Amino acid sequence: MAAVTTTTTTRIRPLGRRPSLGRIAAWAVMAAIVLVTLLPFYWILRTALSTNPGLAAHPGDPLPVDPSMGGFERALGLQSTKEAIAQGGAGGGLKFWRYLLNSVIVSTLITGCQIFFSAMAAYAFARLRWRGRDKVFGLFLAGLMVPTIFTLLPNFVLIKQLGLVDNLLGIALPTMFMTPFAVFFLRQFFMNIPSEVEEAALLDGAGKVRIFFRVLLPMASTPIMTLAVLTYITAWNDYFWPLMVSYSDSSRVLTVALAIFRAQTPQTGTDWSGLMAATLIAALPMLVLFGFFARRIVGSISFTGIK
Amino acid sequence: MTIASSSPPSRLPLRGAEGAGTTPRTGRARARERGGDGRLAAVFVAPALLGFTVFLLWPTLRGIYLSFTRFNLLTPAEWVGLDNYVRMVHDPIFWDSLKVTVEYVVINIGVQTVSALAIAVLLQRLTQSAVLRGIVLTPYLMSNVVAGLVWLWILDNQLGIGNEIIAGLGFDRIPFLADETWAIPTIALINVWRHVGYTALLLFAGLQAIPNDVYEAAKVDGAGEWRMFWRITMPLLRPVLAVVLIMTVIGSFQVFDTVAVTTAGGPANATNVLQYYIYGAAFGRFQFGYASAMSVALLVVLSAITVLQYRITRAGQSDLG
Repeated sequence: MAAVTTTTTTRIRPLGRRPSLGRIAAWAVMAAIVLVTLLPFYWILRTALSTNPGLAAHPGDPLPVDPSMGGFERALGLQSTKEAIAQGGAGGGLKFWRYLLNSVIVSTLITGCQIFFSAMAAYAFARLRWRGRDKVFGLFLAGLMVPTIFTLLPNFVLIKQLGLVDNLLGIALPTMFMTPFAVFFLRQFFMNIPSEVEEAALLDGAGKVRIFFRVLLPMASTPIMTLAVLTYITAWNDYFWPLMVSYSDSSRVLTVALAIFRAQTPQTGTDWSGLMAATLIAALPMLVLFGFFARRIVGSISFTGIK
Repeated sequence: MTIASSSPPSRLPLRGAEGAGTTPRTGRARARERGGDGRLAAVFVAPALLGFTVFLLWPTLRGIYLSFTRFNLLTPAEWVGLDNYVRMVHDPIFWDSLKVTVEYVVINIGVQTVSALAIAVLLQRLTQSAVLRGIVLTPYLMSNVVAGLVWLWILDNQLGIGNEIIAGLGFDRIPFLADETWAIPTIALINVWRHVGYTALLLFAGLQAIPNDVYEAAKVDGAGEWRMFWRITMPLLRPVLAVVLIMTVIGSFQVFDTVAVTTAGGPANATNVLQYYIYGAAFGRFQFGYASAMSVALLVVLSAITVLQYRITRAGQSDLG
């Protein structure tokens, strides 16, 4: 999915400055697209800051109704059960800090290990000479053809046999060592580094391990960063696999917790205010992460590969 | 799935097959000279190869094996031959869920591809703003679960702002996710909202590869934007579009999350997409063998579509250069 390169794009000069009817229409379409893209985010915030009775009374009010932090308090488990039920919550204890921590642990573990191991393998495929290299790499490429979803059921059976069900390690393990895409993508990058760079270091007496860590890895920092951010986002947003593997609070990640929050509908109807507050909390870390790396990511999403 | 800019394996430098296994004294120096790094490579590839074998290769083979067994997790898998496949062929719910999935994919991919193309062209021809590209990508940062929940709320029959607007305009409220006819198109469009920006950026990157001179020359010849789109953009973007289509179709067939949080397969199996049915068979009824057989069926369908699309769209060839 993540297809990334680091080529700088050539800027194409926008069309002439004279505002024509076509240009105005095109800008109107663009504005509509931005509106549809962003309005749901505002609506999450507006709902999260309202109270449930307020939402029921004024469903169309564009501003927060009866502004309150109650939704956030319920999502973060800061309210007592009685208080929560009085405000239209389910009163079921949701340990959001725990889920947040679980999500951070799983995503960090997956991203850190996967990128590091994939980079090592990519280096071996691109720069080292060894018997059977092309065959092994061909096998990795074939791995790209298997949709992730196909491996989930057998992987669940395996994780269960390993006794890692309901364990954060069990969630991270299948994608912790590599993805064929990460290996393929980084190999492409290493292959494009001129071999003179490496030879110069070899002449200086550096070993290949040293060259990998001190020369090639730093040179690849930009693609690695882009790949890492996209991997982190994918791991953070994953729902299906954690749903299969985790059963209790100890290994529950945010996506699964959100779906459970939604399923615990109180008798008075869905706790929309609390649910949207929880949604916002779950989504915020990725928005912040993207805020830091947006320019780099947007510039480097390109068409070299596949998901 | 294909890779656009992959260099064929034949272009790799020849491996030093004769480099390893000389006398211990000179082995290391020789290996260096000839470039054989067998031992080092083994260390570098080991973790990835371990992960590949244990969590990708083995599960793939095992998934195929399990499809020929009866297996409920508790007792060992029992070989039943083609029983699961026979059952699948005679299971009306399976065919129904396949139909629902195809309906979802057609709407999802149809709307998404056209919108993404429009957005990509606007981003290229109208403005080169990186900020706009960032904005367009934002929904992709949300999980499917978050996207599903937000739209569930917006489209709520009683309190959702979407239905408030519809009612305000004097129309009847639409029970988007609670109605058998509306549910699948609604879920398809929710997922368009999340994925269209990412798809647009992939196409945008493809557009950037088209030399600007071509457009300049066409403009000198008096061609308008509309004409340039059909005569220049579309033909030159075709290889990129083809690969993006293959990618998105494969992703689209795997829809699960949004269904799970919005409709749970309902109403009356109207959104019981294949992956949701498979999940239910495995984790609801513990029929892992049957679930595996349906997974294999999905795998076959996806492979066939990939090959077919690749052939039809000649994805490997470019009109550029």
